[in-house]
Order: sequence, then C-alpha cells, then structure tokens
Amino acid sequence: MSDSSGKTRITRFIAQIFTLILLFSGFSSKASDNSGASFDPGKMITEHISDAHDWHLWGHTHIPLPVILYTDKGFEVFSSNQFRNHDTHAFQDYAGKHYTYRLEDEKIHVVSNGEVDHNFQGTLLDVSITKNVLTIFIVSAIMVFVFLSVAGTYKKRIGMAPKGIQSFVEPIIIFIRDDLAKPAIGKKYEKFMPYLLSVFFFIWIANLLGLVPVLPGGANLTGNIAVTLTLAVITFIITTINGNKHYWGHIFAMPGVPPWVLIILTPIEILGMFLRPFVLMIRLFANISAGHIIALAFFSLIFIFGKGGESVGAGMGVGVASWLFTVFMMCLELLVAFLQAYVFTLLSAVYFGAAVEEGHHHEEHHAEHAH
Amino acid sequence: MKLVTPDLGLVIWMSLTFLTVLFLLSKFAWKPILKMIKDREESIEGALQSAEKAKQEMVRLQSNNENLLREAQIEREAMLKAARDAKDAMIHEAKATAKAEADRMIALAREAINNEKQAAVTELKNQVAQLSLQVAEKLIREQLSSDEKQKELANKLVAELKLN
Repeated sequence: MSDSSGKTRITRFIAQIFTLILLFSGFSSKASDNSGASFDPGKMITEHISDAHDWHLWGHTHIPLPVILYTDKGFEVFSSNQFRNHDTHAFQDYAGKHYTYRLEDEKIHVVSNGEVDHNFQGTLLDVSITKNVLTIFIVSAIMVFVFLSVAGTYKKRIGMAPKGIQSFVEPIIIFIRDDLAKPAIGKKYEKFMPYLLSVFFFIWIANLLGLVPVLPGGANLTGNIAVTLTLAVITFIITTINGNKHYWGHIFAMPGVPPWVLIILTPIEILGMFLRPFVLMIRLFANISAGHIIALAFFSLIFIFGKGGESVGAGMGVGVASWLFTVFMMCLELLVAFLQAYVFTLLSAVYFGAAVEEGHHHEEHHAEHAH
Repeated sequence: MKLVTPDLGLVIWMSLTFLTVLFLLSKFAWKPILKMIKDREESIEGALQSAEKAKQEMVRLQSNNENLLREAQIEREAMLKAARDAKDAMIHEAKATAKAEADRMIALAREAINNEKQAAVTELKNQVAQLSLQVAEKLIREQLSSDEKQKELANKLVAELKLN
C-alpha cells in the first residue's frame, strides 16, 4: 500500500509541476494573444476541458445534443442546434415555449428584451444531455455491456479457466478484492465490493475515454467537478451509513483523550469527516484536468510558435518537440488514468474500513493521511 | 471559477446513471462474478488440499505396508524358530522314549536270560542227581554183593560226592 501511494505521490508531483509551468505559460500566451493573434490557447484548453451542449468534431461541425430545461412553467426540450445560425454558425437566441434562451459560455440564460436577464426570478434548471452526460451514458453502456457479458461467461464456464474479456477483467477484480478491499476494509469487505468495482471501472473507463481525442472520447468527464463530487458524495454516504459505534466514537469522543482536548479534537474530526470526500473529489478532478491541460498546452505550442501559419518553420520545429511531449504526456496519462481510479477506490475502501472497523489498531486510520 | 463550480444538471444525471449502473451491475454482474470466482478458488483450494491429503495417505499406506512386511518377516522368523524348536523337541523326546524302551527291553531280556539260566542249572542239577542216583543204584547192586565191598564203596562214594 505504501509503495503504490509513493508512486501516486510521484506522479501527482510531476503533474503538479507541469501544471504550474503550464498555467504560467498559458496565462502569458493568453495575454500576448489578446494583442492580435486569433489563436487563444487558454480559451481552447478551457473549452476542451469544460462541458458543452454540443459535441465539437472539427471546424464548424458539431453533433447537436438535446437541451432539456426545467423551468417554473414546465420542461423545454430542443436541439442544441437551435442556438446556432444554420448558415453563419454564429450563436443566436432560441425562443422556446416559456422563455427565450441564450447560450453564453456554455451556460444557458433567460433573455428578456434582447439582454441576459440577470435578475431572473423564475426557476431555470439545465438538465441537458451535454457532452459529459452523453459520455456518462457511453461509459455506463460499456460497463453494463462488458460486465454483463463477463458475468454470462462466468455462468457458462463454471469452474473453468477464464476466457476472452473475462481473463482480462478477472485479474483486475481479484486485484481490487485481494490487494485493495481486503487489506483496507478487513473481514466485512464483501459488502462494499460492488461499489468499489463499479467506481473503479467507471473512473478508469472514463479516464481512458478522456484520452481518446475523437468520438466517443474527448470529454473531460472525470476532470469535471460535478462528476467527482457525485462519486465522492456516494462514498461519503456509504461511509456514514455503515459507520459503527467505534467510528462515531472516534469522531465525537476519541477514546483515551482528556475532555478538554476533545473540545478542540471533535470539531477537527467532524471537519475531517467532510474533508475526506472533499479531498477525494478535488484529487480526481485536479489530476485528470491537469493531465488534459498539459497535453493540450503542449499541443497548443505548435500553433503559438507557428503564429497561426505565419512562421511555418518555427511551428514545425516546435511541433516535433511538443508532439513528443504530448505523446509522453499521453503515456503518463494512461498510467494516471489507472492510478487515479485505483487511488479513488483505495481511499473509498479505507474510509469504509474506518467506518466498519471493530478493533483498536490505528494503522489504517493513519495510512489514509499519507495519500 | 466555472471549472470548479459543479453543474447541478450534471450532478443529477451522474447520480441517476451511476446509481442505476451500480444497481444493475451489483445484481447481475458483480455478485455472480465474485461468487463464481470465490467458488472456483474454493474448488481449486479443495482440489489441492485433497491432493495433498491423498499424497499423505499414500505415504502413510506405504509406511504401513513396510510395517506390515516387517511384521510378517518377524512373524515368519518366529514361526520358523518355533517349528525348529518343536522339531528339536520332538526328536529329543523320541530319542528319550526310544532309549527308555530299549533299556526296558534289555532289562527284560537280561531277566529272562537269568531265569532261563536258573532253570537250566536246576534241570541240570536234577538230571545229574538222577544220573548219579541211577549210577549209584547200578554200582550199589553190583558191589553190594559182599558186605565188605559195600562198605568200601559207600565210603569211597561219599568222599567223591563232596564235589557238589
């Protein structure tokens, strides 16, 4: 456990350094780009790692996605194509049944009298099938298809050696069971296995899809805070539901601590209880987003040095170097994709372990702080 | 700020979809898969254990066989020894019996010889006595024709008869 967490730390450290460098270079290039050049890497990167109401393929080609809005007057469902002028591809307002809507920076606002209504009093909840929602569906479909078929193979081949996808999936399942769940949770690991397996494969597949630049990949799903928030909250809920007397005792009245220390310790422990899922959420979000930002930033260097086609030679020269860097980052990201799925699953397991722990050994309790 | 602001719509979709997937996979994939893996591991474990047990059993049987063989050998030796002893004892006894019988027969023979000898001597004595009597009668008849001669003869005979 300490070995793998060490590796995680190193990878994260490298990623953090790159992020810092690139944030600075990104900002500076953005500043210089404002002076005249049309290519804005900051904007490009932000667009790539953000959610979108349509799926950008190339140039002006988009796959329209359904927009679903819940307003105080009822649901509105229309195609995201309605926000674009068919000929000029420029953004335009869409007049729906209840209100007129405008898409601004991928956020939908209600428009009144030709202006975004910032004092809009009604309800407007955007539950569109965005790029990320579609990716959630794709990941889910892959998971359901793969694992139901694997389960089918298991039923057909009882007691026989694994075959096909089964033999690819089985070592991972056994790895999660024997090297992750059992040491972190202990005897009661079986109850948590379905969640741990689901969350591991969901994050891993989503991470891998994020690395694929074309459809069905390209969405920065696990680098989206809403997604990591949801997963972290589910982990938190499972931990809280399963918390036994020992767990709550540790939070509200740490055994063997004098009462006056408890006045300080109990708020810290309560804070810690919420901090754990928060950290879980931030770690996954930041790691994956950072990876995407770095890869895209290296890619952008080609265009920054090429100055939009003015100096093709410089663009080519830098292009080769930054292409190599991008490939390197992709390889690193392949590792990170697995590692972050592993870390999220491991930490979830450690929290579950703390919740159901019966004995008086504190090793696992301290191990989690090492990550 | 947009990057770190969770979008509620996405949270709703994510929760719905993920929980559905979690439910579906738990029920139809993870539980059966984990159960099958566990069953298979247990059956492999069981097979290995029974193989080990069979091996031990074989070793045990082998040593048992050796023990049995050794015991049989010992028993055979004991039986052979007993037979030899019995043979010796029988020979010894037979010899002793034979000797005793021979001794007894010899003793009987000796006694019989003695008896026969005694009888023969007695017979001889009787015949000698008769013969002597007959001789004496004849002599006496001849010589006792005169008195003198009778006397002389009687004395002479008496002196001679002192032999027996």
